Amino acid sequence: MLSRVAERLYWTARYLERAENTARLVKVFSSMMLDLPNGVGLNWRQLVDVSGAHEHFDKNYRSSGERNVIKFMLSDPDTQGSVISSLAMARENMRTTRDLVPSEGWEHVNELYLFARKKLTGKTLLKDRHEFLSEIVMRCQQITGLLAGTMSHGPAYQFVRIGRNLERADMTTRMIDVGSATLIAPGVELERLENRLWTYVLRSLCAHQMYRQYVRRRIKPDQVLAFLLQNMIFPRAVGHTLGEIATCFEHALPHSEEPLRAVLRLQRLVAEANAEQLRAAGLHEFIDLLQLEFGNLHQLISGTWFSLELDEAV
Amino acid sequence: MEIDWSTYDPGEFYDEMISSPGHPRRAALAIAGYLQKLSARQLGRRQNAADLAIAEMGVTFTVYSEGTNIDRTWPFDIIPRIIPKKEWLRIEEGLTQRMTALNLFIHDLYNEQNIINDGIVPEKLIKGSKSFLPQCVGASPRFGTWAHICGSDLVRDRDGTIYVLEDNLRVPSGVSYMIENRSITKRVFPELFRKHRILPVDDYPAHLFDMLASLSPRPLDYPEIVVMTPGIYNSAYFEHAYLAQQMGAELVEGGDLVVGADDCVYMKTIDGLQRVDVIYRRVNDEFLDPEVFREDSTLGVSGLMRAWRAGNVALANAPGAGVADDKVIYTYVPDIIKYYLDQDPIIPNVPSWRCEDKQQREHVLANLDKLVVKPANESGGYGMLVGPHASAAERRKFVNLIKRSPRNYIAQPTLGLSTVPTICGQRVEPRHLDLRPFILQSDRTYVTAGGLTRVALRKGSLVVNSSQGGGSKDTWIVDTGGH
Repeated sequence: MLSRVAERLYWTARYLERAENTARLVKVFSSMMLDLPNGVGLNWRQLVDVSGAHEHFDKNYRSSGERNVIKFMLSDPDTQGSVISSLAMARENMRTTRDLVPSEGWEHVNELYLFARKKLTGKTLLKDRHEFLSEIVMRCQQITGLLAGTMSHGPAYQFVRIGRNLERADMTTRMIDVGSATLIAPGVELERLENRLWTYVLRSLCAHQMYRQYVRRRIKPDQVLAFLLQNMIFPRAVGHTLGEIATCFEHALPHSEEPLRAVLRLQRLVAEANAEQLRAAGLHEFIDLLQLEFGNLHQLISGTWFSLELDEAV
Repeated sequence: MEIDWSTYDPGEFYDEMISSPGHPRRAALAIAGYLQKLSARQLGRRQNAADLAIAEMGVTFTVYSEGTNIDRTWPFDIIPRIIPKKEWLRIEEGLTQRMTALNLFIHDLYNEQNIINDGIVPEKLIKGSKSFLPQCVGASPRFGTWAHICGSDLVRDRDGTIYVLEDNLRVPSGVSYMIENRSITKRVFPELFRKHRILPVDDYPAHLFDMLASLSPRPLDYPEIVVMTPGIYNSAYFEHAYLAQQMGAELVEGGDLVVGADDCVYMKTIDGLQRVDVIYRRVNDEFLDPEVFREDSTLGVSGLMRAWRAGNVALANAPGAGVADDKVIYTYVPDIIKYYLDQDPIIPNVPSWRCEDKQQREHVLANLDKLVVKPANESGGYGMLVGPHASAAERRKFVNLIKRSPRNYIAQPTLGLSTVPTICGQRVEPRHLDLRPFILQSDRTYVTAGGLTRVALRKGSLVVNSSQGGGSKDTWIVDTGGH
């Protein structure tokens, strides 16, 4: 399998996952803005910070009101990670790897991009934003399911799976950032508010019911955090996504020793984290650390399979 | 729309199916009779079935273009073009002869240059040719073959004579349409395939693979063959992907390949670097290797020419092969055949005037309104003047062009291209056509059974190019038995 093709499949999956999770992120943040009482210090600018692209935002936008932030997150073609640019990139990458993907896969990605582009031009979505975002999430899921259910699970699919899970891990940590109360202004009475924050986060990840089945008690912040970081069977939990990536490395791909070691190390780091202590102090920093590690893992994947050096030839 | 051949009149032109109103040619008797028996509704249903089949396959095509439309840019007409097998065997022989001579010629040009030393082809013609690549001098590809895949365009004049109009020795395209057209007619007229003995065309990818494999520098191993494409934005990308898939070869872009210090070509895969033996390249010469040709090329591979010259990788077609499809060189092909093979050409050239020669140039300038003027180094029907259809201003422009660089132009009489019945709205009318057979050559030669028939869909038009209002038809080589 050509490295270029593997790389494009990997990015197709990453961008699809990013589009879906950005939509989830905007959705949860929008309802928080509506529901939480004034005076807790929540503002749209914080969504930009969570997305990790604040430098680009500061360069291109003057004020961080709702309109701008929504545009930035959804319809700005120049924002890396906006819904529209993620879908455009997913489409570009898939277009050039069509031979390996069932044709319905391409058709759905193409239609989804065209749908989003149509909806996102013109008026900013204020009224039916919720519906729009739900549809993006649903259609991304549909494509993910289509690929899982119709592509042979050979090396080509493993790259899809790696891309999806790595991106998902990263985005789940950003959701956790939303719940981590760092957004709440100091001095606000936190206790009851915090439970609500974590409920939002769970809902945005479709994790609410799964959490309840797992914990069987009311929402407790420490346990939500532990669930989202460490659970091994909930598909959007960081622990699970890392396990998926490790499986791909271990069983399906050549020369995977180095990336495999890295992902196992990362798994240990996540498994050994103490949710209670982290919540008390250092959660945000821990999340920064994880995101950095995800970046390093990507570099290793890229170096192992995508960008080959000549000296390997002789 | 019911077909009545007695009202079908090709006029002064040679019609491939109907010799005169009401009289189908022998090889076309059965199909003409069959078509005439179809009711308007039945015929309409067949055309619809064909359109549907195209739309279905069209999904594959349009994926590569922007937007969501599913029209294939190139229309297809369901009435096939018929050629009797006996006539075709002679054409096959002629094409084989021509390719053999052209390959000897190219090899000679880049090595001894006997043909120049013996005064058959003038030296300045080669020196002045944009397509003669000094970087290829002294190279010796396997079997001395340079043009492995060739698409020669054939036309038939009023009197029934078939001519070679031009040879395409660089990266000829269209073969996938030939194969696709056949699969459509098989769906639309299955009963005709039961009745007729029609030579198959879908074995082309297998022959292409065998030919490419024969070029491998490591003949004992199973060869690693790749198809190299300029990428998805190339108009023939579908064909590149199709052929790669049919041959089970990897479809690569320049960036997928790398040349090592050992002057071998490797492809970057998830298993590491893998040696490549044969590259069927659909990238033009000038973009092949930024080390040697255009530095700004991002489509090519640095060091590819080095690897090729060292004999570590085969390129099909070999770089520099295009020197022999220069339109001025074309006028020398009969002499070239005579020189290398000591034979007369089996398929004649269209008589041509070289503008470089003073006397001939004057004839051309005086008769521009009757002639077709062609630039030496263009394809796809671009930069051409069709005298009888041109305006006075266009003709004046060409007078200047020819005077400025006579080496770059040749002229030919305007041929009365043959016609074939074509469905035009509610009627069947004669339309002009040509034929592009594909020839594969290494130590053996293979010619497709028929080729791609291109038809000018506008009434009276002689331009068959897909970019300029042309369509295509299936081509049947029909075995009528006997003589």
